[in-house]
Parts: sequence; C-alpha cells; structure tokens
Amino acid sequence: MTVTPAPGCPLLTLRGVAASYGEGRVLTDVDLDVSSGEFVGIVGPSGSGKSTLLKILLGSVTPSAGTFARAPGVRLSYVPQVEQINWDFPVTVAQCVLMSRVTRRLAPWASKTEKADVARVLDRLGIGELAGRHIRALSGGQQQRVFLARALLAEPDLLLLDEPTSGVDVRTRHEVLHLLGELNEQGIGIVLTTHDLNGIAAHLPRIVCINGRVIGAGSPAEVLVPEVLEATYGSPMEVLEHGGMRVVVDAPIDAEVLPFRRTDVS
Amino acid sequence: MITLDELTRPFQYQFFQNGLMVATVAGALCGLIGVYVVLRSMSYIGHGLSHAIFGGFAVSALAGINVFVGAGLWGLASALAVSSVTRRRPIGSDAAIGVITTASFAFGLAVLQFSGGADINADAALFGNVLGVSRGDVWLVCGVTLFAVAVIVLRYRAMLFVAFDPEVAEASGVPVARLDALLMLVLASSILATMNVMGVTLIAAALVVPAVVARMMTSSFSTMLWLSALIGAVCGFVGMNLSYHLDVASGPTIVLVGGTFFVVALLTSGVTGRRRLAHVDAH
Repeated sequence: MTVTPAPGCPLLTLRGVAASYGEGRVLTDVDLDVSSGEFVGIVGPSGSGKSTLLKILLGSVTPSAGTFARAPGVRLSYVPQVEQINWDFPVTVAQCVLMSRVTRRLAPWASKTEKADVARVLDRLGIGELAGRHIRALSGGQQQRVFLARALLAEPDLLLLDEPTSGVDVRTRHEVLHLLGELNEQGIGIVLTTHDLNGIAAHLPRIVCINGRVIGAGSPAEVLVPEVLEATYGSPMEVLEHGGMRVVVDAPIDAEVLPFRRTDVS
Repeated sequence: MITLDELTRPFQYQFFQNGLMVATVAGALCGLIGVYVVLRSMSYIGHGLSHAIFGGFAVSALAGINVFVGAGLWGLASALAVSSVTRRRPIGSDAAIGVITTASFAFGLAVLQFSGGADINADAALFGNVLGVSRGDVWLVCGVTLFAVAVIVLRYRAMLFVAFDPEVAEASGVPVARLDALLMLVLASSILATMNVMGVTLIAAALVVPAVVARMMTSSFSTMLWLSALIGAVCGFVGMNLSYHLDVASGPTIVLVGGTFFVVALLTSGVTGRRRLAHVDAH
C-alpha cells in the first residue's frame, strides 16, 4: 500500500551533511528540509555542489558526514540533465518511458495496463503521438518531456530535476517551467537545480543558494539580494525590479578588465 | 566451379557437424551478449577477458585441472584484479585491462613455451580449430546459450535500463552492481564456451561485429537483440563452411564473414546508419 504524504509534511531532511569525491570536499554542513508539495530551486555557480546535493536527496550519493532522512514511503523520481543522455541509444519514446516500471514486472514486454499508463502520461505531457519515435528524432522540449514522462510514470511524490532547462531555447524553457508549475499545482513536489537566475529561479517560490555550503534560502525577495548573490557567486551582482520580478545583472566592474573597448578608427 | 556435392561433403563428418553446430550457436550467443557489450562500451573488457582467460587455460591444462573451471576462475580473478587496481589507484579501467589481461595472456604463452606445450594445441586456443570441437563442446555452448537467454529474458527490463541510464536505474531500485556481475559471468561463460571455435584472440570481434552491424540496421533495442544474434549465427555458419573449404582456421574466417557484413551494412545503410555507428563507443 502506498501512502500519499500530507501537504507541507517534511519528505527529506538533511542535517550537517557533507559530501566528498576522493580527497575533495564538495559540500559542507548542509541543513535542508524539503516538504510535500514544495517547489524548490537550487542555484549556485559551476562546481558549487548543486548536482551532488540533488543526488544526496535522491539517495544515489551517500553523505560523508551528517544525517539524511527520508520520510517512509516517499516516492522520488529523477530527471537527469539532457546532456548526460545517450541520444543514440536504440530506444523509442514509449520504451524509454516504460523503464521506470523496471521493478514492477518481470516480463520483457509491456502489459495492456502498462501500455495504457504510458499512453496516458504521454498524453498528459502533450507528446502522445510520439510514442513510437526514436528519442533522437524529437525537439529539445519534447526530449525533456520524455524524461519527465518517465519520471511521472513512477507516480512520484517528489520530482528531482538536474538542470532541466540547460541548453534549451527560451520557448522550451517557458514550456518546461509552465509544465513543472502545473505538476506542482497537482501536488507533486519539485526540486530542481539551475544556473538560470532570471529565467527560472526568480519564478520559484523557494530558492536555495549554495557554494559548497548553503549561503541563503528563502523566497526570491529574501535570497536574490546582492549580498547573498555575491557570497554565492564570488562576484558583485545587482538586483533590479522589472514588472514585479527581480532581475539579477552583473555589477559594473573595473573598466580595465572589460573585454570589449571602444577604439577610435582613424 | 565448386559442386553441390563438394559443398555438402563436410556435413557427413561428425567433427564438422559438431564444429558447425558450435560455431552457429556460439555466433548467436556472442551476437546476443555483444549487444550489451557494445551499448555499454565494454568492448575492451570483452577483448581483455578473452586474453586473460588464455593464461588460465594454459595453466589449468598443464596442471591437469578441468580447463573450463580453471580458465573460468582465472578470468574471474583477472576481472577482480582490474576492478581492484582501478578502485585503489589513479589508473583508468582501460589501462588496467591493458596491463593485467595482456600480462595474463603473455603468462599463458610463456607457460606453454616453458613446458614444451604438453598436449595443448596453442594455435587452436589462439585462433580456433574445427577439429578440436567435441560433442561435449556442443552441449556446453548450448547450455551457456540457454543460460544467457534466460538471464536476458528474466532481467530484460533491468538490463535495458542499466545499459541506457545506470545512475537513474540505480536510483530506481535496480541492483546495478549485481547486474554488472551477472553480465560479466555471462560474458566469461560465453568466452569459455566459444574459445575452441573462435580462439581467444578473435572472440572480441565475434562479440562486437554482429552488434555493430545490427545497430546500423535498427533503432529498436529488442530488434537489435535478435538481429545481432541472427547475424552472429549466420557468420558462424558461413564462416565454418569457408574454414573447411579454404583450409583456414575457423576463428579468422568467422570474423572475416562478420567484417564483410559490416562493410556491406556500412555501404548500404546510408548516412543514418553511419551516424548511429559513430556513437557506438568501441573501447
């Protein structure tokens, strides 16, 4: 029997968590709670430990120190970065989505129920007609939806996404963000990592800024402030208001190091 | 011009019937396992394991131990040594395979030379020999093939998931390390069972070529599985017949037939097939 966690109930709890790869420590003293139905963005520069933190939440990386607790019966699904996918692997969209039913049935072929479930989840994401296509023969947005479909077929309480809008165009980024918003409204908790402060993070209800440790956590109004951003990215940043949204821009720096300089051509 | 009578003449000999049956079934077996080897970029492991097993083959034959048990244990020890060196030292698995398995192969050659070869036909072990195939080999290769088919059917979903996306598979509850060990066991068993016909130096080609040809012809995993097995079986059947008529060792002829399939597929599958091939990691 599966139990759906009540809204607001803590699903994942990290206390004093550290993580290392070999001799290099990636994360130190991380405290974080993720509750049912939350929508959380983890931001930070490259190498800050975003993906490692996500994998600790998933359970695929074991912390080297601290405690990690997962509420009993919580179902997690993971959507990897599209850059990590082998797009030439010989699988169709339907075969790829069905992978998340790996532990539920032994037979190689899909049952009638499974076929119906795959069709339902693909229709839900608007890619029902693509079931028989090879995964490479899709647009960027469709490819992202395939892996969302695979994650959703496992009927998760919490969806973990690693850079879901990395390498996609603006339109696809909007599509993915709206889709995740809809799923969150339907009660699925979402935790994602992103580099995109303005296109993604500023739209989320909760942001966690990390750079080896948690620098700040809270709403965009609390976190997207110059002090937190400079501590996170190690570079001065300014925050502007535009249409009620916070927009992060690089602060002007010493003109001597600017790469482009106006030169007079005589 | 060769007559039908000449073509069918070898079929009346028991040794040829045995060799043909083993070559055909072994070709299908290697083709089937080769799909996982190619898609998981394990070609170099298959190559290395077959060479490592030769060391165990030489030692156990000279010591009077059952060759399959001795060579199998030797292959397992080599695989564990590779894994151990890779884990504890800053050495890539390809380099560790290159050192350990080649050293094992060289050790086997040195043992045979030092001992004067005893009753071992080294050429047969290295390049395959139709004359060395007994009825027991037929049963062995059929048994290993049944084992491999059972593993693939019963663990189809999990093995597909691990081949495509091992990290997410593990997070989804698939025991990736256990499945990897199972795949290595099937691979080692297949190498042992096909060693007599293919020869240890050419088994890697029998594992890789049918799967690569199948990959150029299809984008469906399940189709690739049976197509690769079929191509492997045809290579084994045709190669064994050519081996008899051309009086060339069975291993090279089987591999050359596979190579011909590869060239034909490369020329006929167009840009799409070549692009698929470009993404098949042949390490």
